[in-house]
Amino acid sequence: MLQGQQSWIFANRPVLLATAVAGGPFEARSAIAADFDILHDDIWLGQSSFEKAEKKLLEEACQTSIQKAGLQKEDIQFFFSGDLMNQIISSSFAARTLGIPYFGLFGACSSSMEGLALAAFVVNAGGARYALTACSSHNGSVNKQYRYPTEYGAQLPPTAQWTVTGAGAAVVAAQGVGPRVIGATIGRVIDLGVTDPFNMGAAMAPAAVDTIIAHFRDFNLDASHYDLIATGDLGKVGHAIAADLLRRQGIVIPENIFTDCGVLIYQGQQQVMSGGSGCACSAVVTYGHFFNRMLKGELKRVLIVATGALLSPLSYQQNESIPCVAHAVALEWEGV
Amino acid sequence: MQNNNLPTQEEYQQLAKEYEPKRPLLKNCIRAFFAGGIICTIGQFFQWFYMTYFDFTEVTASNPTVASMIIISMLLTGFGVYDHLAQWAGAGTIVPVTGFANTITSAAIEHRSEGYVLGVGGNMFKIAGPVITFGVFAAFVVAIVRILVEKLGVI
Repeated sequence: MLQGQQSWIFANRPVLLATAVAGGPFEARSAIAADFDILHDDIWLGQSSFEKAEKKLLEEACQTSIQKAGLQKEDIQFFFSGDLMNQIISSSFAARTLGIPYFGLFGACSSSMEGLALAAFVVNAGGARYALTACSSHNGSVNKQYRYPTEYGAQLPPTAQWTVTGAGAAVVAAQGVGPRVIGATIGRVIDLGVTDPFNMGAAMAPAAVDTIIAHFRDFNLDASHYDLIATGDLGKVGHAIAADLLRRQGIVIPENIFTDCGVLIYQGQQQVMSGGSGCACSAVVTYGHFFNRMLKGELKRVLIVATGALLSPLSYQQNESIPCVAHAVALEWEGV
Repeated sequence: MQNNNLPTQEEYQQLAKEYEPKRPLLKNCIRAFFAGGIICTIGQFFQWFYMTYFDFTEVTASNPTVASMIIISMLLTGFGVYDHLAQWAGAGTIVPVTGFANTITSAAIEHRSEGYVLGVGGNMFKIAGPVITFGVFAAFVVAIVRILVEKLGVI
């Protein structure tokens, strides 16, 4: 139900029944490799194109999460999914395979939490017993569409980010055991005039901050309520800016609580410049790493703020700045 | 709706600049110098090789030399090595002819999945295209100027 200006509180506390994450070869060497359900050593996944490989990752994550929930795909009422491809083909094509009634979403890299917020809302309102939410990205297909060919030798600046190859899926249920979805804050589109597509962290940081502030205001909370507040894919540069912007508003979140999925995912020797990015970044870290830590009891209250840059290669070439959005979802693990 | 007191665009861009790690300009220049130099030395070796062991002069040897460098660059691109070299070398690998070969090869590989005509054929020159377009145009302008100057009897 509506809480404050732009948030929902889920009185029936829908359950995150099961999750699954799939990744590529680079992710198999990442800091959170152990949290993946499926890892591939071939960036193509044996497919004839990067786009097909991405779709396969998404299908695998969806099918595995349904299986882990002990369900059949016929048990799921609705499927909410998004990705970065033109006309969100990865999601729609995966929906064709799954055959579950489908909502296609585009919130760029914020799609993970946009999907979870909507799935939880529908389940909370009794609109579904089970809903599936997922999103995916693929380093090859994203580079091809937004940047340069993968093998092109351009030197990336230190602000650039590495698109995660992977997919994350979660089954949201009205009943069951698992972390609960407590509430969500839907973000506004914020554009503070950053135009450099190789500095997405700086472009997205204000959107993340705007949503975090709105979340605290709407729920009348402060940062100490959460064990972990993670932004989606701001990277090192964007994370530092977001912390600064919050400090200017008098909100100081300790370093051990405020983190970023794009900073967490890869390890030191992996050359990813500012950090990870892509729809899969927040999805695999949340549905893999954080989900497992919640089940282990290490985290009780978590706020995920997935950030998305709503640009297209066309808008960038036409010298438009980069509008960004962030959606926050609050999760809580109460123990078994 | 409240604006949550975010900074204005101007203020924010100033702030973002402060957090933007600078490109290591000096380091990049030194690396580019050595990487570019090594590539040119390899080219020089090929020229010497073709002049010494085959029937080429200093002028005609440039054709097989360039072809050899392009083939090496294409192979390195295909094996997924060139982009890693380029991240280290920067302009050192972009400026020589090997960089040009890399732009065409990488685009051709990338778009193979859309078929040979619309994919490879249509996208091969996606990055190299502007270089060719403006290169040809610049050559045209220079040629016109030269003809005019000659006809006017300046030289």
